[in-house]
Amino acid sequence: MWQDDLRGITYIALKDLRAYYLKPPNISWGILFPFALILAFALRQPGEMRDLVPGLLGMTVLFGTTSMEAIVITFERRIGALERLMLAPVSLPALLLGKVVGGMAFGLVTTVAVLAVAVVGLGLWGINWPLLILALVLSATAFSALGAFVSVAVREVFEAQTLANFIRFPMVFLCGVFVPLAAMPSGLQLVARCLPLTYAVEVLREALAGATFWTAGADLLALGAFAVVLFALAARTLATRLD
Amino acid sequence: MNNSKAIQVSGLTKYYGDLLAVDHISFEVPQGQVFGFLGPNGAGKTTTIRMLTGLTRPTEGNACVLGYDLATEITRIKKAIGVVPETSNLYDELSAWDNLVFMGQLYGVPRQERGERADALLRRFRLWEKRNTPFAKLSKGMKRALTVAAALVHCPQLVFLDEPTTGLDILSARSLRALIGQLRQEGVTVFLTTHYLEEAERLCDQIALIVKGRLVALDTVEGLKARVWGRATVEVTVGPSAEERLRFTAEDVVTALRLALAEAEQQRRPVLSVRTVGPTLEDAFIELTGLSAEVMLMEKGNQ
Repeated sequence: MWQDDLRGITYIALKDLRAYYLKPPNISWGILFPFALILAFALRQPGEMRDLVPGLLGMTVLFGTTSMEAIVITFERRIGALERLMLAPVSLPALLLGKVVGGMAFGLVTTVAVLAVAVVGLGLWGINWPLLILALVLSATAFSALGAFVSVAVREVFEAQTLANFIRFPMVFLCGVFVPLAAMPSGLQLVARCLPLTYAVEVLREALAGATFWTAGADLLALGAFAVVLFALAARTLATRLD
Repeated sequence: MNNSKAIQVSGLTKYYGDLLAVDHISFEVPQGQVFGFLGPNGAGKTTTIRMLTGLTRPTEGNACVLGYDLATEITRIKKAIGVVPETSNLYDELSAWDNLVFMGQLYGVPRQERGERADALLRRFRLWEKRNTPFAKLSKGMKRALTVAAALVHCPQLVFLDEPTTGLDILSARSLRALIGQLRQEGVTVFLTTHYLEEAERLCDQIALIVKGRLVALDTVEGLKARVWGRATVEVTVGPSAEERLRFTAEDVVTALRLALAEAEQQRRPVLSVRTVGPTLEDAFIELTGLSAEVMLMEKGNQ
């Protein structure tokens, strides 16, 4: 049975990449959006770009993974194509994981483009690359699971976008992307500790500064926990649709 | 489990909240048969298919599909069945060929074989010329045909067809009916729901009638007709200019004929011809489901 699931995850992710994510308009939007943000900050605060890189990378992973994925899942549910997948000999969690992997891949591609420009453009050296890669993959997993949860919790594409924005935009302002966590009131810091972007930005900052795995362990564990919990919530919500 | 039975259903029940959609139905489908599952709109046909294919969980009861338990072996069931849902739901962005290959991938058809199967099915459904056309750009009939083809990529032993010919033009519907006949010849069991009683009459070995979630009859076509043989139908054609056929059903031929002649007399129209008519599946359907002819017409209008 695990072979059926593994096959399902692979081909569902590849199909999504081919049918949706790798269409030229989506790729160009996925890359243009973070670069527009970077340009805006570069023009406003050119001296502080290095400090903003972890936050911008975190935002890029967040928006890259969730935006298209939420549309893809809700759209397929609406036209009955998701039901077509549910008829296949693939378990529900595996089906959902295939969707999550598709979203992760798209988010990571756009983030790598931003990272490459940041590294070359700002001359970032001394990066702990294995930690950075793990941080990006774990962040993409957690955010993609969030996107999956949002899209199975609603019925319409616009509802998915509204709910996703309702979660994403407060995260951007609360999770240390623009303002360091320590500079925020303690109540907001407490809220920030309940949000995955906080840990993503922290661990990305540590990786870019060349920190060790040991230093970043707590953040990595927190991101892993968010990924598991959000995925479980999404799978459970999808399963209730069968009742 | 009896190996000669493709489906064994026992007390299958489905509630959606307080709504009882399927009410303790039990039936068996022998292997290699075309089994018709008929009923008016909202009777529970699609819900039954959704339960048997793992798309929704039964509230009560159980079923064995191809020897596998529905409650515990759903993945094995899914591997061995093909499903054509009421709506054509393949992937708009993928071409006809890519859609079939993707289905082959999901069902674990080996790489070379899935390409060959996709080619063969495209030719069989006369879609070869459209193999590179995205699903979204196919005509409605072609989409339906491709949806049926997608259900056959992995050579299933049992195929569920939910209203397969609804909305198709005459030629496409005819070729789909021919395909159902071919599947039967190949030993594939077909579970068919349809609004077209003539289609069911022509194709099905057995027919189950479901009304308001309950199974009200299960028999062969002839068996169902025999249940209404006790009544006689007479058809008179009246003139003179605009010919019209009047049908009257009564306990015996003489009474039915008297009713027909009385109606012609009342309309002051000459009788051009008279003939007795045997019961059709539609007569049996109306009698056994308790639906009026008007409701049947509305049902047909919704097709």
